[in-house]
Amino acid sequence: MAEFRHKDIIALRDLTGEEIGLLLSTAESMREINSRDIKKVPTLRGKTIINLFYEASTRTRTSFEIAGKRLSADTVNISTSTSSSTKGETLADTALNLLAMKPDIIVMRHAVSGSHYFLSKYLPNCSIINAGDGAHEHPSQGLLDMLTMKDKFGRLDGLKVAIVGDITHSRVARSNIQGLTKMGSAIYLAGPPTMMPPGVERLGNVTVCNSMKEAIQDADVVMMLRIQQERQGKTLMPNAREYSRYFGLNPDNLKLAKPGAMVMHPGPINRGVEMSSYVVDGDQSHILKQVENGVAVRMSMLYHVCGGELE
Amino acid sequence: MNLLIKGGRVIDPSQKLDDVCDVLIENGLVKEIGKGLKAPAGTDTVNAAGKYVVPGLIDMHVHLRDPGLEYKEDIVSGTRAAAAGGFTSVCCMPNTKPCIDNKAVVSYIISKAKNEGFCNVFPVGNITYGMNGERMAEMGELKESGCVAVSDDGKPVCNSELMMRSLQYARGIGIMVISHAEELSLAGTGVMNEGFTSTELGLKGIPRVAEDIATARDIMLAEYTGSPIHVAHVSTKGAVRIIREAKARGVKVTCETAPHYFTLTDDAVRGYNTAAKMNPPLREADDVAAVKEGLKDGTIDCIATDHAPHNIDEKDVEFNEALNGIIGLETSLPLSLKLVEEGVLSLNQLIEKMSCNPSKILDLQRGTLKTGSVADVTLIDPSIEWTVEKEKLASKSKNSPFLGWKLKGKACATILAGKTVCPA
Repeated sequence: MAEFRHKDIIALRDLTGEEIGLLLSTAESMREINSRDIKKVPTLRGKTIINLFYEASTRTRTSFEIAGKRLSADTVNISTSTSSSTKGETLADTALNLLAMKPDIIVMRHAVSGSHYFLSKYLPNCSIINAGDGAHEHPSQGLLDMLTMKDKFGRLDGLKVAIVGDITHSRVARSNIQGLTKMGSAIYLAGPPTMMPPGVERLGNVTVCNSMKEAIQDADVVMMLRIQQERQGKTLMPNAREYSRYFGLNPDNLKLAKPGAMVMHPGPINRGVEMSSYVVDGDQSHILKQVENGVAVRMSMLYHVCGGELE
Repeated sequence: MNLLIKGGRVIDPSQKLDDVCDVLIENGLVKEIGKGLKAPAGTDTVNAAGKYVVPGLIDMHVHLRDPGLEYKEDIVSGTRAAAAGGFTSVCCMPNTKPCIDNKAVVSYIISKAKNEGFCNVFPVGNITYGMNGERMAEMGELKESGCVAVSDDGKPVCNSELMMRSLQYARGIGIMVISHAEELSLAGTGVMNEGFTSTELGLKGIPRVAEDIATARDIMLAEYTGSPIHVAHVSTKGAVRIIREAKARGVKVTCETAPHYFTLTDDAVRGYNTAAKMNPPLREADDVAAVKEGLKDGTIDCIATDHAPHNIDEKDVEFNEALNGIIGLETSLPLSLKLVEEGVLSLNQLIEKMSCNPSKILDLQRGTLKTGSVADVTLIDPSIEWTVEKEKLASKSKNSPFLGWKLKGKACATILAGKTVCPA
């Protein structure tokens, strides 16, 4: 049985395939708890979790909060509007002040890539879980995506996974590339060259495709990324209309993928831009399943960084 | 106070000298170089056997942070760091507060350096008034009051017409323009070199072409106006190529690079290491190779540190928030000596790039041990091995990516106009 020895989970790049497998199989066990009438176990009773969100988030923050509560931990949420950062306090000072209150786990989302490594340096006795850092990683998203794929196919090894959209600015893409490569999947990327970061093929088992068609052809999974008009709109693409013509998923081009291929999206979705509503709400969509698995995966992460044992 | 430096290997490229001999200093000037010189009465003698004796090193690109940002560095601590690193002269960049766009600031720097400093300080004034890139500073008065060049270092002069006019105007005054070559619309909000490492770390990249384009523009403006130009901190393969081609065409362009650009790649940023964050950013292996090639074939004239001290609070923060720049005065010489060990440069070429050339480019009247010249001399012990330790650095700031590095070679005496300033 693999062991999980990490105090923090900051990036899937830092984990082995075995460790990722362990996080996923624990998540599968956690899912059983989520289907009970009384969705609570005492596993993390007496532990304090701070959800420190420097960027807006509904899904991820709620999911982490529910995950903590289902394990009986005490959870506290701090979001930017109520944090000290607006008062000009440094991240290090915020961290030290929180540390003085003796939390067991800090779940943080931060706009600057690598902030969690910085935080971890200041918090030797507290676990750090990354809920998204800049364009670096979003490990819980990567894990829940992999769990959702594993649910359908029973394996990750040998899957063809297409990821389409703004790879440069996507922490979701990076975590999936890191995780899926370690689990034996092949990743095919597509997007306008303005959104494809240099050397991305060296990140893992990655093929950069010239068109969306090429990427989704015979894919087992088609993962679409969110287009943020305020970010990509300026210089990376002409407009949403043209983007959706070349890189949007619709019932027609979805036919290129394997029959019954999974459609995924990390949310929030721009309906009609990266995906048509027919696909979002269609039979092949696993988007809400992803959200459901998010809670189980986060329970698994919280559980493992606390070094607990499953009865 | 007279001094006889005996038995060292005297290397003075300005007079094509490389021989074991003695240097006699009298009244702050070089009196004589020769073998078996006798010390006249009242002369101290220094045994320099096994040491290199070279014209005092010159760093033409440092930030002393004085006036205004003395919590990072000041003229006293900065020149002490310079002397500790073997430098007898530094040129200080004008992004101070207030900036060096007027005579009062120039006079303040010169007088403080003279009274309290440990090496010569040659101020670089601003190209534009207020360093805001909108209109020319009073370059005539800047030169008269002691500036040896003008630059808006830290920022490019974005407006091409203003840059062109500044080059023309500066030529009339007889002052060198130093270009900070960066196309801001391409550099954007990037925080490191754009490449595989930035992709993996998820940090916003600064493409190399941001430097290449700006280098090309400024060289074309210099060529068009017939004015000389000096390009600061060259870091890319493209910029080296552009400068090489311009020199071959006869454009009056000179340039410098910094030790970190031939020592480190952007791999040093891994771990979100803010001590490896600077502008221009650390580049990739082929850039490092091109910078070395440029040093070797003479495309790159000088090694300058871009010594940029920052307080710990400005560096021990999230990567994007950290300020750009590293200190360099105390590590420049050993890092540069590595080039000799690697066969990139001869020892003579190295001394040219660290002393003779900067003096020539900015007309500092230094960089030589010719009889009658000011006796600024550096003694180098090439064999001493030492570790870069935070506590032992003379600079007020400790933002160096080389902390903990084991280096070989060190200045063992820094002599300013005949007076040993380091060790004090």
